Amino acid sequence: MNEYDTTVVGHSVRKLDAMGLASGRHTFTDDFALPGMLHARLLLSPHAHARITSVDASEALVLPGVVSVVSAANAPRVFHTTAGQGFPEPSPHDSVMFDWKVRHVGDRVAVIAAVSEEVAEAALGLIRVNYEVLEPVFDPLRALEPGAPVIHDEPEAHAAIPVVYRPKQNLAASAEFSTGPVDEVWDQATHRLDRTYQVHRASHCAIEPHEVIAYLDPDGRLILRSSTQVPFHARRIVANVLGLPVGRVRVIKPRIGGGFGGKQEVFLEQIAGLLCLRTELPVRLRLTRQEVFMTSRTRHPQHLRLRSAADGEGRVTLLDLDTVLDTGAYGSHALTVATNTGSKVLPLVNRTRAVRFRARSAYTTLPVSGAYRGYGATQGAFALNVQMDEMARDLGLDVLELWRRNHIRSGESSPVFQALGEGTEGVPMSIRSCGLEQCLEQGSKAIGWEEKRGRGGNGRLVRGIGMAALMQGSGIPRIDMASATLKLNDDGSVNLLVGATDLGTGSDTILAQIAAETLGIRADQVVVYSSDTDLTPFDTGAYASSTTYISGEAVRRAASDLAGKIIRVAARMMGTELHGLSLRGGLVIGGDRVVAVSDVALRSLYQEDQEQLMGMASAWGEVSPPPFSAHFAEIEVDTLTGRIRVVRYVAAVDCGVAINPALAQGQTEGAVMNGIGYALCEEYLMDDRGRMRNGSFVGYRIPSSRDVPDLVTILVPTYEPTGPYGAKSISEISINGPLPVISNAVYDAVGVRLRSSPFTPDRVWRLLKGE
Amino acid sequence: MRVTATVNGSPFSCDVAPGERLVDVLRAHGLTGTKYGCGSGECGACVVLLDGEPVNSCLVVLPRIEGHSITTIEGLGTPSVPHPIQEAFAEAGAVQCGYCTPGMVLSAYALLQRNPHPTREDVAAALDGNLCRCTGYVKIIDAVMMAAARLRGEALS
Repeated sequence: MNEYDTTVVGHSVRKLDAMGLASGRHTFTDDFALPGMLHARLLLSPHAHARITSVDASEALVLPGVVSVVSAANAPRVFHTTAGQGFPEPSPHDSVMFDWKVRHVGDRVAVIAAVSEEVAEAALGLIRVNYEVLEPVFDPLRALEPGAPVIHDEPEAHAAIPVVYRPKQNLAASAEFSTGPVDEVWDQATHRLDRTYQVHRASHCAIEPHEVIAYLDPDGRLILRSSTQVPFHARRIVANVLGLPVGRVRVIKPRIGGGFGGKQEVFLEQIAGLLCLRTELPVRLRLTRQEVFMTSRTRHPQHLRLRSAADGEGRVTLLDLDTVLDTGAYGSHALTVATNTGSKVLPLVNRTRAVRFRARSAYTTLPVSGAYRGYGATQGAFALNVQMDEMARDLGLDVLELWRRNHIRSGESSPVFQALGEGTEGVPMSIRSCGLEQCLEQGSKAIGWEEKRGRGGNGRLVRGIGMAALMQGSGIPRIDMASATLKLNDDGSVNLLVGATDLGTGSDTILAQIAAETLGIRADQVVVYSSDTDLTPFDTGAYASSTTYISGEAVRRAASDLAGKIIRVAARMMGTELHGLSLRGGLVIGGDRVVAVSDVALRSLYQEDQEQLMGMASAWGEVSPPPFSAHFAEIEVDTLTGRIRVVRYVAAVDCGVAINPALAQGQTEGAVMNGIGYALCEEYLMDDRGRMRNGSFVGYRIPSSRDVPDLVTILVPTYEPTGPYGAKSISEISINGPLPVISNAVYDAVGVRLRSSPFTPDRVWRLLKGE
Repeated sequence: MRVTATVNGSPFSCDVAPGERLVDVLRAHGLTGTKYGCGSGECGACVVLLDGEPVNSCLVVLPRIEGHSITTIEGLGTPSVPHPIQEAFAEAGAVQCGYCTPGMVLSAYALLQRNPHPTREDVAAALDGNLCRCTGYVKIIDAVMMAAARLRGEALS
């Protein structure tokens, strides 16, 4: 399928920073101390919903070592969204640094900067806060009912773009569309299902907690060294909140210890920045693990009602999805996660006569939801795939066959693409690469679908298998933008400067491979520097599965720009025409004549027609070609305890051409294990006052090395004509699989339908007992 | 109080307040390869070797190391002269964000010291206290198996 004969792209080049990381040499945000640096700690709300009637920091301020305290009493009140998204942001502007109202347990009340973390912590207890406790709202459905307590009653909260935003009704966002005769298809259908599904809250659990270090450069500019996925959005949001020109703020991204969407949020940078401006000292603000759980961001829980209809031929004729999202105390990503619940799921089934979608994001007084790998598709794919399994059984069909008869294919479009965008209408798109058929074929073979399906049994341990079909996107079309600069060095190596943000995914390496391929050099001859708003060109950031597809295309174009200039100089050196010259193996080759790229560089830098040869380009997506995937699992249910064990898991993924197959596998394996943890054990346990009872890795268990099943990744090659070297993105899609796959496998094993997550032993056991 | 120990083979002594944690002291002395992930011994990002045994350095108060030997990731190898385990992690694709990697590598080192012939299950059990959110562990276990074979002098399959 590969249309190019590539020497670097398509190869599992060693991750460029792997050895520096494995030897502990690469530096993360916290691996950087400045003389005189202050340490900041946040005072968090103990109440789910309360008005602050007074804050008195006088006792804290006299504690030796305390330098500054900021609260609603003395913080700038600039309404913004913490969601790091394109500008103007589609998320409502409903946040200030510190407000006179708290809206969830863990909401920010004040911050203290002191000479040490210990002093700051001790001072937290000295701030006197009086609260007028208000009625909380813990159920998003109740929040939308008339008469529910209003969580955002402040007049300043507003939407920055023309969308539905009704804070007085606790409605943070809503979206809907409809195509075809929905009621008619439903009424006439021979097979119909109407089911409700619930998907729960989860934490990203990047092992590196959120952190920022703020300091002033000698000219008084604010420098933020931050563990962020979105340095350029962070710069813009911080400048706005602190009233600085963008040019007075610099955001540096060092190595990042994982993000998964949790660091697509700008909620600490402005606080550290303000403390730094006030004290004129460096300030470090790092969340504790418990604070990460309580005051950073989470996956949106959803209540999804899905109706579907099918005819006797096994054609699914209707999808009607109505979902309510719990966006928590603030509307970060409230609209876009809602729309993605439809747009990254409904097009999978593409023989329908009618499709309807409605999503409403409700404020509650619970932890804040936000971006999380999968971004709505995780929630929607659960409902769709569990319902497809049930529909197949109603129809007397193998669910694989039902998918084969209905799934979207190359050359097809879906009305959903145009109807649902990210705050605006979507973009019409025809699928140009789709390997879903091969994913179904190869994945089902690898799991042993025919042999193992429907075997069940009566013993204590019963096995079953299940599957799911998935899609995602590659960036946000006509919104996400990336750019790259390349400069040629004396020895034929190049510096690649990109705004793209490697948060551990390996994108620096992938972008180096794309540059190397285009320039005919080795990946290790590309020196990558990424994400520093002073030094690298703009990029919207690492989210929405955009980096390989959009940043990769920017790099390909920049490298192509530089390649053209190298060839022009080489032609002069050879005394030949440009036509027919190509770059390979560090050489410019023209027939039997050859010039080394390093000689081109030397000539340009030192000898004749002197100039720095550079390439520069930008890219944005006109479309968002979906990666596709089919996941399969064999599980074992312990019918005595309700415990589920995943025995074998197969993820067959079409990401177009995998620029680096080992890294693509790594993305898939990591996403699958995150999804398995989400399905089986990860859960916020809340008490009746909205407090999280399990904010630690002991209480909130994520998978460890002992939880890994026999995990197989199959990369199904296709070629995406709009992507760099045929590539699509891959980072998110595979987190969407485990929830529906395991649910369907449990049904296959024991005939119990799991429609609410997570599938903890107690829940499974109760269902097995018929409760 | 003054504490004297050996860190990465060199004599180490410093004045500490009672209750100061090893992770913070190491990091304050520039050994920032030891990472903070949770501060309560639950994630393994701060694992170092105390007399060859992996410990969560966020749970070790300084008096505990008096007269003992500490090995951090910086003591195991360098980017140009890596330990075979570090080499295997890079080669097997076991490093994504790399935040858990130093702790993983040290836990793996301790395992291979006491058991040069581990099974994949042995490796999984030994790394159980080191959480990783990026990799799904598959390539980490691959890397440790690869390193074990190399340390035994076996040719790679």
